Amino acid sequence: MERIPILKMGHFLLVTIQVDLYDRLAMDLEANLIREVNRTGAKGVLIDISAVEIVDSFMGRIIGNIASMSKLLDAQTVVVGMQPAVAITLVELGLELPGVHTALNVERGMELLQGMIISDDIIIDDDDDTFPEKGFDKDQ
Amino acid sequence: MILSLKKDLIKINREQDVVLLRNRTKEFAVKIKMGLVNQTKLITAASELVRNMLRYGGGGEVSVEAVTKGRDNGIRMIFKDSGPGIADVNKAMMDGYSTGKSLGLGLPGTKRLVNEFDLKSELGKGTTVTIIKWANG
Ligand SMILES: Nc1ncnc2c1ncn2[C@@H]1O[C@H](COP(=O)(O)OP(=O)(O)OP(=O)(O)O)[C@@H](O)[C@H]1O
Ligand SMILES: [Mg+2]
Repeated sequence: MERIPILKMGHFLLVTIQVDLYDRLAMDLEANLIREVNRTGAKGVLIDISAVEIVDSFMGRIIGNIASMSKLLDAQTVVVGMQPAVAITLVELGLELPGVHTALNVERGMELLQGMIISDDIIIDDDDDTFPEKGFDKDQ
Repeated sequence: MILSLKKDLIKINREQDVVLLRNRTKEFAVKIKMGLVNQTKLITAASELVRNMLRYGGGGEVSVEAVTKGRDNGIRMIFKDSGPGIADVNKAMMDGYSTGKSLGLGLPGTKRLVNEFDLKSELGKGTTVTIIKWANG
């Protein structure tokens, strides 16, 4: 069966989505990723969607679920490489992704995560693009 | 007046058909030289409607059509199912309304993504949603 590989990079997990996600595959990814975060104690999850042409509300929900469950396991989620046309479409669709950070590419995403881990250590949340606590509440 | 240039019918029975429909929609959109952003909006809208069709309507049939009106070319899509229908269409069109414990974004979001949107539903008979996206809309 088809499966999306999950790579471990230091304290982080990297998932590169390259195929069209149909429901079963997306749900498997959600479950596998959460298991891996749990098993490896990863501090961050990078989801590279630069090859993804369409994000609909279903896939948006999967990403949101991954983020809120990772949060429970003390890991942050960063979506990297979202195509501009996809970003424009998501806004019009009305899909917000609370608790999900975005970055231009994998490198920037890693930097963002690194920064969040450090700021976590000194118990200051200096990240201003999203409010994880708020997103967390919303997903309850 | 809207004239039809080319039309395809696609049966929707299982989740893999979502990907199939997206690909076909893309082929049609590329053929009429629709720009990337509009293509993305159209395919996302189609994806929402076809998911609703599978989830609530028990599957159905989608027609994808290249149409022309004056100087405008566009894609018309008709999503037809013979499912239970929608009891309160006004409610279903509201952001956040869902009977499926979902986000309730599909229908109102789709309407925002396309140029023309029409929903007809009859309880016990089924639901038909028609959308048009103009290439330069
Ligand atoms: N083809 C259909 N047949 C019967 N009921 C439908 C159909 N499409 C939509 N509905 C009803 O309209 C409601 C709203 O649909 P909409 O797509 O906006 O939200 P959703 O599918 O519940 O959530 P989301 O699309 O955000 O995952 C659905 O919850 C369902 O009750
Ligand atoms: Mg829906």
